[in-house]
Amino acid sequence: MMQAQAQEQEPVLDELTEPVESDVESIDESVDGETHTEVGADGSEHVTGVFPPFDATTFPSQLLWLAISFGALYLIMSRVALPRVADILEARRDRVEGDLAEADRLRQKTDNAIASYEAELAQARGKAHAIAEETRGQIKADLDSQRSKVEADLAKKVASAEDRISRTKAEALGHVDEIATDTVQALVAQLTGQISESTARDAVEKVTKE
Amino acid sequence: MANDPIHQFVIEDIFTFGTIGGDGAADTGVTIAFTNSALFMVLTTGLIAAWLVLTTRGRGLVPNRWQLSSELMYEFVANMVRSNAGTEGMKFFPFVFSLFTFILIGNWFGMIPYFFTFTSHIIVTFALSMLVMAVVVIYGFVKNGPKFLKLFVPSGVPGYIVPIVTPIEVISFLSRPVSLSVRLFGNMLAGHITLKVFTGFVVSLGSLGAIGVAGAVLPLFMGVAITALELMVSTVQAYVFAVLTSMYLNDAIHPSH
Repeated sequence: MMQAQAQEQEPVLDELTEPVESDVESIDESVDGETHTEVGADGSEHVTGVFPPFDATTFPSQLLWLAISFGALYLIMSRVALPRVADILEARRDRVEGDLAEADRLRQKTDNAIASYEAELAQARGKAHAIAEETRGQIKADLDSQRSKVEADLAKKVASAEDRISRTKAEALGHVDEIATDTVQALVAQLTGQISESTARDAVEKVTKE
Repeated sequence: MANDPIHQFVIEDIFTFGTIGGDGAADTGVTIAFTNSALFMVLTTGLIAAWLVLTTRGRGLVPNRWQLSSELMYEFVANMVRSNAGTEGMKFFPFVFSLFTFILIGNWFGMIPYFFTFTSHIIVTFALSMLVMAVVVIYGFVKNGPKFLKLFVPSGVPGYIVPIVTPIEVISFLSRPVSLSVRLFGNMLAGHITLKVFTGFVVSLGSLGAIGVAGAVLPLFMGVAITALELMVSTVQAYVFAVLTSMYLNDAIHPSH
């Protein structure tokens, strides 16, 4: 191609401008062809020879789609997804807190029931104790009165018995003199002969007094 | 050509909508097209939306595994925003959540062979970080008015140091979108080039016969290791982007340090 152009350029000086134009075109073509062969793609690739991330011709499309996709993501997240997750978490927190409060309430109730049970138990125990105490006192008083009665009775009996004994003893002792008198009278009568009863008695009295 | 590590970043038009401006000739004006990059952006949005919307459809009081994955993601980002930007920052929670998941899933998509990584293009990461900066500046001024400028004057600094500190603060503020975008772009670009070069060695060496195949074992292991590393980098970079966004938003909410 270049050779052909050089040949064209030579003959007529007047047509100098035309070959230059064709020259430029052909260089464009050759550059275009070269890039195509280098990449070996269908021409939809942006190949301008620069490092792809710095290829400014791709920026508008990237920015547009970034705006569309990120905008859509933001809308979906902020309007639908995140509020829903927040609702779920809040509902769970509420439920857990409610359950905990209910558990607390029930435990309070249980505690109250236990406390009232304890109180009633203590009261009943006190009552039972009082009743036992009272009964014991009653029994003791009963026992005491009966015992004192029995003791008094016994003391009376003992006293009367002692009285009787002393009386019997005195009586017996009184009879001793009489017996002694009889014995003396009998003895004297046997030994010496008759003595009067009064003499014997005097004698006995005389002896017993000594 | 197949081993060209740069070829994976080439934008290809899937179909074009037409050209705006220009003189009608080829390569003039602005061509609007649906490209491979756009395809994966749309796929990313679709995947995230489907994931979060479909898994929470049951609204289960006791979550199943899928619903739990959405809830964990929600809690993870919510905690990140709350710890970095406070409770007030939670109004930006959907924004940070969208950013984090968009970059995360975009990065992960890039790890699948033959998939395009749209985060390896500076224009995408720069647009996202400019979006963050725009939100910070606009919200900062709307909420705080001129007090937002206190951001550039740290409190507790002696008066004679202010003229020195303020320009530094301004420059650091202006460099934020650059560092934010270049960090993500650079990580994804470098990672994918490295991966491509190492795995390219496997093919090149493998075609050299028995010795070549033996020699290809090392780059193969490297390729596997780098794939694992890149998966981690993908996640970490999305996290870093989201955390920094939260911290910048914190500046807009509480401009006086």
